[in-house]
Amino acid sequence: MSAAIIEIKRPDLLTFTMPIVAVLGAMFGFITGNIFGDPWIGLIGGAIVGAALAGVLAKITSVKRWKSIWGVAVLFGVVGAMFGGVGGLFGGFLVGLSMGWFATWVGTGQYRKRVPIYYTPGQVLWHSTFLFICAFVFFFLIAPLVPVIWLSFNAENFFTFTPEMLSFKAEGYSLKHYRDFLGTDEWMVPLKNSLIIAPIATIISVSLGTLAAIGLSQSHVPGRQAMMAILISPMIVPLIISATGMFFFYAPLGNWLQVNLGLNQAFVGYVKVILAHAVLGIPFVIITVTATLVGFDKSLTRAAANMGANPVTTFFRVQMPLILPGVISGGLFAFITSFDEVVVVLFVGSARQQTLPWQMYTGLREQISPTILAAATILVSVSILLLLTVELLRRRSERLRGMSPG
Amino acid sequence: MLIAPLLLFVVVTFIVPILSMLFRSVENDIVPDTIPGVVTELAEWDGSAGLPPSEQVFRYLYLDLFKASEAKQHTRLGTRLNYEKTGLSSLLRTTGRSLDDVGEEWQDPLEDIDANFKDGAFWYQMMSGTDGEDLLEERRDLWAAMVGESMAGDVGFVPSEQVAQMLPWTTRAYTDFAIWTAIEDEDSVAEEDPWEAVYGALGMDLTNPETVTAIQSYTGPGADALKAAAANVGQLPQTGFREAFAAENEDWLSPDVWATIKLYSSSMTSGYFLNAVDMQLTPDGIEQKPENQQIYTQLFMRTLVMALIITASCVVLGYPVAWLLANLPMRTASILMILVLLPFWTSLLVRTSAWKVLLQQQGVINEILVWLGFVNDADRLILMNNATGTIIAMTHILLPFMILPLYSVMKTIQPSYLRAAKSLGATNWTAFWRVYFPQSVPGIGAGSILVFILAIGYYITPEIVGGTSGVFISNRIAYHISSSLNWGLAAALGSILLVVVLGLYWCYDKIVGIDNVKLGG
Repeated sequence: MSAAIIEIKRPDLLTFTMPIVAVLGAMFGFITGNIFGDPWIGLIGGAIVGAALAGVLAKITSVKRWKSIWGVAVLFGVVGAMFGGVGGLFGGFLVGLSMGWFATWVGTGQYRKRVPIYYTPGQVLWHSTFLFICAFVFFFLIAPLVPVIWLSFNAENFFTFTPEMLSFKAEGYSLKHYRDFLGTDEWMVPLKNSLIIAPIATIISVSLGTLAAIGLSQSHVPGRQAMMAILISPMIVPLIISATGMFFFYAPLGNWLQVNLGLNQAFVGYVKVILAHAVLGIPFVIITVTATLVGFDKSLTRAAANMGANPVTTFFRVQMPLILPGVISGGLFAFITSFDEVVVVLFVGSARQQTLPWQMYTGLREQISPTILAAATILVSVSILLLLTVELLRRRSERLRGMSPG
Repeated sequence: MLIAPLLLFVVVTFIVPILSMLFRSVENDIVPDTIPGVVTELAEWDGSAGLPPSEQVFRYLYLDLFKASEAKQHTRLGTRLNYEKTGLSSLLRTTGRSLDDVGEEWQDPLEDIDANFKDGAFWYQMMSGTDGEDLLEERRDLWAAMVGESMAGDVGFVPSEQVAQMLPWTTRAYTDFAIWTAIEDEDSVAEEDPWEAVYGALGMDLTNPETVTAIQSYTGPGADALKAAAANVGQLPQTGFREAFAAENEDWLSPDVWATIKLYSSSMTSGYFLNAVDMQLTPDGIEQKPENQQIYTQLFMRTLVMALIITASCVVLGYPVAWLLANLPMRTASILMILVLLPFWTSLLVRTSAWKVLLQQQGVINEILVWLGFVNDADRLILMNNATGTIIAMTHILLPFMILPLYSVMKTIQPSYLRAAKSLGATNWTAFWRVYFPQSVPGIGAGSILVFILAIGYYITPEIVGGTSGVFISNRIAYHISSSLNWGLAAALGSILLVVVLGLYWCYDKIVGIDNVKLGG
């Protein structure tokens, strides 16, 4: 990390490292003992193993830290496998990994590396606890997605793990839910609908939203606050209320379109959903584009005008390239809003406009098939891609605006 | 201006729908539109005497309901009134089925008196005439209001003003029949036999001595048949329509039924709003519903309490993480930020299904606990289909909305303040509590209000993991929209929720300002 490496003092083995590692060992021992029905013996055994591990690792100084950690993990895994099969192997490996990491982390004094040298032990303890809390929260944020991805490869039509899956046998896994997803109308039609509705809604909200954001960023706008409030309102009003209002208003609107303009029912259905989604996406476009425009140097447009460019040219050749990152990320927000939206579609659309989230929703409510999880996994991959795009755009935007890209 | 198109777009596609919902919550056109005659006539009835209304009201009721049942609108009226008084729906439904029988009590003797009354063409000839255009348009408007269509078009029939003077009930009934036959059924009025209601209406006219006198001097078409009928009034039923309705169902004599109809006969009502707060409008004024029917106040309270719990858990979990992100070096922070943004970008349904996988009785959490021996296989934890499930899942789903505003506020707090406080002798705790925390309060406020507003209107997640005890007011709104079809109540519940949210939003604007909403770090 820092250039000046301060020699970290190793803490005392007998009075510090061994007891602390023993406590962790005791915790793992308690849990392991519980599996076999005798937690207290496990507790004592775990404490002894922990203390011994700390002692042994303290003596092995010639091996690199991570090598010894992996060594401990493998050793624990093998021991676990002897008692508890594949589950034991896995559990033992994890326990070993954490024990080894913890023992070396404490034993070599690494735990003081990130904190100022003057911290008291209490402060160091608090600092470490704080990091563990944060790690737990991050775990809480990410971990729920893991079983979804894992279960989507289930060979059975269950929402739960089968013994075959847990023992990592090949017959426990299959791609059949992905085949179901890609091969049946039940899922492909909603996907197609989503891919019709979301992009069109996005285009509407981005084009109107960008224009309005540029308008709003000018200095002499009367009633700016009020207009902003109206434009942001679709984001503030809870979806259920928007959906209820749209339900009351769009049904007669649709009838009117059908009767007076002679449009066919399916087309009107799409129009209703697209309009509803477009208006829900607008606040996101307004907010991101306005934020980008804050850093926009107005003298650039004046310079362009000065050199004889008309307003349209100025907009497309000067302003647009500079605010493009904001426009695109606003568009992505609008897209994901529409792509991910269920409540309004449920209320406004008819069965012909069934979208992917709608199908997932009915699936979750009625027939529970892991095909939903396959769909979910695909959506997670899509969102990772979108996330990366937004992140790259943000960096580009900051670079363009002369801020540090970080 | 550049803003105009968008402003117009948002107003039309969003603000107008919201206003239409607000309007829906007080609108009560069904009753005055379906039984307009009854509504006018009932105004003079005084329910406190404990007597059913007069024969006149029942005559209007008969003609209005006959129309309504031809147009299949009487069940709609029944459903509407049933929200206010249980039993009215079935009362109207059963009565609607027997209206033809009631009319036949007059039709059969009239046809016995003069066979011409069997003939549609004869009726057409008798009722047709001149100067009746005003009456025709008046009846057309009433039809249009009832069925919600314009009913425009050529009826091919103009009532005779002279007959209308003489036989007011009959002319009204026949004109209604003519409009419906010509416009909706697209048949020729002259070729169709009139409704049973027309015979009933003639019966009503014949009970009026003035009418009988007028018939004596009448010479127009059908004069002979009418005279014969007037001469043989004794062959017609001697009872009125009140008795006829009472014979179909005793409840028609109940003053309570009529009090309810009278109470909800104006075109605006506070009934839905009162319902939404577990009150009801009774003839004696506004009162609390019976204990066992009170669900909405409780549901509103539960929604508020659960949204508060979710907001609090988000603050507790989000604060440390936001602090860490704001104080780490930029590069590490943006990598960790991805861990926050990934769930933020992941579909709501994906995360909800994830929690279903985790929380169900055979789910991951229970399996692990059973495997570790902490929970018996027989009594697995019930984490889903109750409030616990909703709170856990929604905390996870809304946590990014807390972390992001907190982070953007904390990013602006100078770390040197903390160091200054410490160098002046503050302990860690004092430095945090007296220096750092107050500066981060706007972030907490912003995040909390954002999370709270989102939580209070959530629908999908509570519906899937909430069971019955973990659902929100929004689920009830959706239920009224799609299952019970009590749209007015749904609109009233939505309006109350909207007011709560707008109030909160106003606070949000006061604390942080709308312009300061930031997305995606």
